[in-house]
Amino acid sequence: MSEGTGIGASVKRREDVRFLTGSGTYTDDLNQPGQTYGVFLRSPHARARIGAIDASEALALDGVLAVYTGQDSAADGLGDLPCGWLVKSKDGSDMVSAPRPPLAVTQVNYVGEPYGLVVGETLAAAQQGAELVMTDFTELNPVVDPASAADSETIHEGLDSNVVYDWGLGDEEATDAALAGAAHVTQLDLSNNRLIPNAIEPRAAIGVYEAASGDYTLYATTQNPHLERLVLAAFVQVAPEHKLRVVAPDVGGGFGSKIFIYPEETIVLWAAGKLGRPIKWTAHRYESFLADAHGRDHITHAQLGLDRDGRFVALKVSTTANIGAYLSTFGSSVPTFLYGTLLAGQYKTPNIYVETLGVYTNTCPVDAYRGAGRPEATFVVERMVETAARELGRDPAELRRLNMIQPEDFPYETPVALVYDTGDYEASLDKALELADYGGFEARRRESAAAGKRRGVGFACYIEACGIAPSQLAISLGAGVGLYESGEIRINPTGSVSVFTGAHSHGQGHETTFAQVVSDKLGIPFDDIEIVHGDSGRMEFGLGTYGSRSLAVGGSALIVAADKIIAKGKKIAAHMMETTDDNVDFEDGTFSSGNQQATIQEVAFASYVPADYPEDLEPGLSEKAFYDPKNFTYPAGTHIAEVEVDEETGEVDLVSFVAVDDFGEIINPMIVDGQVHGGLAQGAGQALMEHGRYDDYGQLQTGSYMDYCMPRADDLPDFVVDTTVTACTHNPLGVKGCGEAGAIGSPAAIINAISDALDGHNIAMPATSEQVWRALGGK
Amino acid sequence: MYQFNYAKPATVAEAATLYANAEDPVFLSGGQTLIPTLRQRLAAPTDVIDLSGIGELSGIAVGDGKVTVGAFTRHCAVAESAEVQAAIPALADLAGRIGDAQVRNCGTIGGSVANSDPAADYPAAVVALGATVRTDKRSISGDDFFRDLFETALEPGEIITSIEFPIPDRAAYRKFPNPASRYAVVGVMVADFGGNVRVGVTGAGPCAFRARTIEDMLNANLSTSALDGVEVPDAGFNNDLHASAEYRAHLVKVMARRAVSDLLGA
Repeated sequence: MSEGTGIGASVKRREDVRFLTGSGTYTDDLNQPGQTYGVFLRSPHARARIGAIDASEALALDGVLAVYTGQDSAADGLGDLPCGWLVKSKDGSDMVSAPRPPLAVTQVNYVGEPYGLVVGETLAAAQQGAELVMTDFTELNPVVDPASAADSETIHEGLDSNVVYDWGLGDEEATDAALAGAAHVTQLDLSNNRLIPNAIEPRAAIGVYEAASGDYTLYATTQNPHLERLVLAAFVQVAPEHKLRVVAPDVGGGFGSKIFIYPEETIVLWAAGKLGRPIKWTAHRYESFLADAHGRDHITHAQLGLDRDGRFVALKVSTTANIGAYLSTFGSSVPTFLYGTLLAGQYKTPNIYVETLGVYTNTCPVDAYRGAGRPEATFVVERMVETAARELGRDPAELRRLNMIQPEDFPYETPVALVYDTGDYEASLDKALELADYGGFEARRRESAAAGKRRGVGFACYIEACGIAPSQLAISLGAGVGLYESGEIRINPTGSVSVFTGAHSHGQGHETTFAQVVSDKLGIPFDDIEIVHGDSGRMEFGLGTYGSRSLAVGGSALIVAADKIIAKGKKIAAHMMETTDDNVDFEDGTFSSGNQQATIQEVAFASYVPADYPEDLEPGLSEKAFYDPKNFTYPAGTHIAEVEVDEETGEVDLVSFVAVDDFGEIINPMIVDGQVHGGLAQGAGQALMEHGRYDDYGQLQTGSYMDYCMPRADDLPDFVVDTTVTACTHNPLGVKGCGEAGAIGSPAAIINAISDALDGHNIAMPATSEQVWRALGGK
Repeated sequence: MYQFNYAKPATVAEAATLYANAEDPVFLSGGQTLIPTLRQRLAAPTDVIDLSGIGELSGIAVGDGKVTVGAFTRHCAVAESAEVQAAIPALADLAGRIGDAQVRNCGTIGGSVANSDPAADYPAAVVALGATVRTDKRSISGDDFFRDLFETALEPGEIITSIEFPIPDRAAYRKFPNPASRYAVVGVMVADFGGNVRVGVTGAGPCAFRARTIEDMLNANLSTSALDGVEVPDAGFNNDLHASAEYRAHLVKVMARRAVSDLLGA
């Protein structure tokens, strides 16, 4: 680890001072002059027709200012919330989109769906008012179970069925033939449990409209303020793009759930214009459970064929993905392009076919949640491989090793549309085996057995794809937006630096790592560099933060901008030194030619006070760049979990966890460790505890922390985390991204370990103690 | 939260009078159930009578073969009390494993017992130790106190003033916590009073109860193997998202056996 504040240094996060002392500024901390408060009317039913809405009692209440319904927003011409990725079915037809008005107009389709907004002078008045609104609902039969949704009553009027798409990728014929000829075929039925995101800061929004100028401002908990502005302007048509500013102040976690363009933020902004006063809405935690897009929720049947030597010959995967009641912003892409394309894993499986049946149900929409498709893919691949090893009596580590793509195979084109640029999968596997003391496992298993516990070990050798790119490819596959990122570096006249990025930090630590990158590149002290993000009024454009893309894409944009700064600085320095710019070198913040030197700060000053300055050069030292990557990045690694199972109660104790990840070059090792720890905790939550459950009537049974089990510190072991490095070959920093890996590898590793402890039982997630007790023969 | 009148009396008598004169009053003790209920607008009392100003309700006294805990005594005070730890270590242990640190710093024994939450920890001790619940009107035997789900022998307006726990020769509490809430899915306290064994179970049924079959087996033979063949019927047991009635019945056996093992080891 290098000392100081440059690339490779574990610089303490500068943003933590305000976060840890309670002096951050979150949306709910902001207040506007004349501000009012909004409370949403939410559906108590999973599926019902909306009849008459009587707001007269509410409006008569002191302090209630307005009640807006879906009729009002529809009458105003407010557009539907769009899905940003068009997925086509196998037969070439477009996916079936059910219209999603921001406020339900004629029918509600999940419990918690908003169908109205009550605005009050105070929050108490708005709450009281909301309780006084009388709505006639006619209940309809809900469809809750995704397994039977395709054959159930169609939930959306005007559609033919509940099927959103029937998507496929790969060569089905070749895959079937290879399976038919395989020496051994492993088959499993798997499910990937529905998760509820639970960012520590609930969603919040303040809509502001200034009549004199016609300007709208939305303060909101969003991971991508420019995308929010684009969608609200272009699709929903709340306000034209040049009259709308979207500000994401400090945001307390997202995990994907704050990417999406939701009804509430949209309506708060629109209603502020109607009312002519600012409106604030802050979600109650129960609203977060009901109405933040959920994650995962797959049902899968998979077959893995192996030859006599144990080489994988084919993988066939058939998945039903629960889309929820509507297509959320990226809900279509997660169980298709972000899932099926990852099914090669780290292996040279020559034939792969995947099909995904997306279905509507009367549940909260499902969209990207930390990992987004890749944890689901890893779970399928790694459960299959582990099970095959058990069935064949092979060591699970060695069966993986036999099938791994080797360093000399890169670039490696998979049968499912990706080209991996680089990696060394055995290096991570070997390091993880050593750190986990795999050789000592059998001795530990005997020790556990002596204490009445069953011990198991499980692996996950995962791959993920980060920084979806390039834009042209993504758009050709149905993406509605480009996937580049912007960056701007302004060297101020006094030599300090303001850096503007279109990426957004909501826990990732960009204010520290991006400053390290710029400091390292330009030789300007870390403390002189400020990172600005999260405000469409301050930076030109941006696509935000998700999919572990910020450093690989946004950081690369800063490198390109910095190169432009250096190039211009050389011209200025050349003029000062009476030479040409190709005779000027730049290193550690200093321009030099022969024995002449000028610091970047001196050059910056000369650019703003151009007393003696090149005639053909513009003053100022400020440059921006848009960076569009040539490919995805492919972090990969090996995770090894060990568990002890209490035979009497079925309790699972996660006793150790080793993660060895290849994230490419690393800017700040401490922040990377933190990202991995957080991801592992979320993965352990999915494997052992978390489960978003609806009853047969579509009522959410896990709507609070009393019933939705989040992992706590004392549920987790001391994680052992380490890295190996193969640098990404196509971005200037050589980085890959680390935000999601922990959540991608760990569920499979933990479930494989439990399955090992249970003699191969195909235990479902979450592996609760009662489930494990039943697997052990408890009745 | 809806609007309500708030009062903070200084004596039990004053609290009782305030209650008698209010339309739809409620007592506020540690607030661990009431405050979330109010915040979620699930209750709309006209008057909230805060018991925190009544000094006589707090405190721990040990003597005459019993531990007396004032109703307003917080869980953390019981857990950390050297006197309780010496007299009934199982009671201090139980208190130290209620909820989490924040809950223990606010919640009170009187509030917990009066609420009769089926998954609360203290009721197991009240039953197993044969405690006496003292109120501003009378004394109620622990065996008779818990009636049903959130239902006790208390009359409306009756205020618990203290709980007296007879000191056993030895006792142990085993809890299988709900991983989400850390309430007891099942909690079992086993107490030995000179060869007379009492067993209190919480979490499994609608309210805490004595497990008489297990008591009989342990009174015949106080050993872990005594429970090997025990049948715990699950009829009437709680059956929810977190555990089936069948699993709870199984856990009663396992927790009872482990509590006996702890008790014999102590």
